[in-house]
Amino acid sequence: MGSRSFKEGLWTNHPIFRQLLGMCPTLAVTTTVLNGISMGLAVIFVLFFSSLVVSLLRKVVPYQVRIAVYTIIIATFVTIVDIFLKANFPQVSKALGPYVPLIIVNCIILGRCEAFASKNKLSLALLDALGMGVGFFWGLVALASVREILGQGTILGYRILPPSFNPLVVMILPPGAFLVLGSLVAIMNRLERVK
Amino acid sequence: MKDSLRYNLRVIFVLTFASLICGFVLSFVFNSAKAKIKENEKKDIYRAIYQIVDNCKNVKEKRINEETVYYLFKEKDELIGYAYLSQGQGYQGKIKILFAVDKSIERLLGIEIIESVETPGLGSRINEEDFKNQFKNLKTNVPVECVKFSPQKENQVQAITSATISSRAVVSILNKGIQSLKSLVKEDGK
Repeated sequence: MGSRSFKEGLWTNHPIFRQLLGMCPTLAVTTTVLNGISMGLAVIFVLFFSSLVVSLLRKVVPYQVRIAVYTIIIATFVTIVDIFLKANFPQVSKALGPYVPLIIVNCIILGRCEAFASKNKLSLALLDALGMGVGFFWGLVALASVREILGQGTILGYRILPPSFNPLVVMILPPGAFLVLGSLVAIMNRLERVK
Repeated sequence: MKDSLRYNLRVIFVLTFASLICGFVLSFVFNSAKAKIKENEKKDIYRAIYQIVDNCKNVKEKRINEETVYYLFKEKDELIGYAYLSQGQGYQGKIKILFAVDKSIERLLGIEIIESVETPGLGSRINEEDFKNQFKNLKTNVPVECVKFSPQKENQVQAITSATISSRAVVSILNKGIQSLKSLVKEDGK
């Protein structure tokens, strides 16, 4: 049971490619791999600790106000991340801009709190959060890698394609995000069918 | 009846308690990070100053009436202008603008956006060079104006397409800042 909840988010029920959740940061911040990594780590942190608190409080929170309480908890952890980035990584904080505070409304986090953490014991909730978080992380990095390589010819700022390569600027613009996302979802579907 | 009252009390208690704890945690985190954030902002301000005024060699901060004015110097401590951080409400949140003027406060040397949380892709384009460069060499004795089409008259800048509110916000924050800077420098000269 435990390893299954972990694998769910990593592959079989991948938050980006299977559930198509959290599209706003997925499409918007994946212009560079560094942005993808920072956003992924931020979401792992928020998801992990929100699930922890929600799972611990699952018998305390009255049913009718559960969403309000979850939102307060999520908002607290997101604000902690925001303050931490501003203090220690101002460049990252600037690059991600309003997308850090927007993690509050990322439906992966609220979704996991409501659908899983509030109904399961702590250990399972944490495994689920880690699985979904890491799944989201690698999804962002995959998307961002394709976009950065094709759009700028670099990865993490290092040039890997020869300077003669003409970057496809569309890849770092919004349409590129949709194109790459669509292709990756198609590949995931294909892989699933072959199985 | 009694049960529903107890339930309602529990709802109120849980919500209040959750908000209280979260509030406390956040104020603690914010307090411990405040100094560092301030320092980062200061670094940004200095970077912006040197970017706007390329012949600026030295910057001196002066506190006038609880406000900071940056005095800009060339070599041999020759005053070439002032810089000032002005802030105000944008479309979604606070916008902080740093602008520099010449030493007679007649012409703008340029502006930089220090902080903004405008809509990505629309309002956030106030950070682009094309928009910021419009402010170079504008006059400061009349307010800068924001127009939707290419500027016909003097001292006008063109708003960003579909981000008129953000563009206007920048202009009005700038105009407000110029007025404050003028009175602060005057105050200092007395």
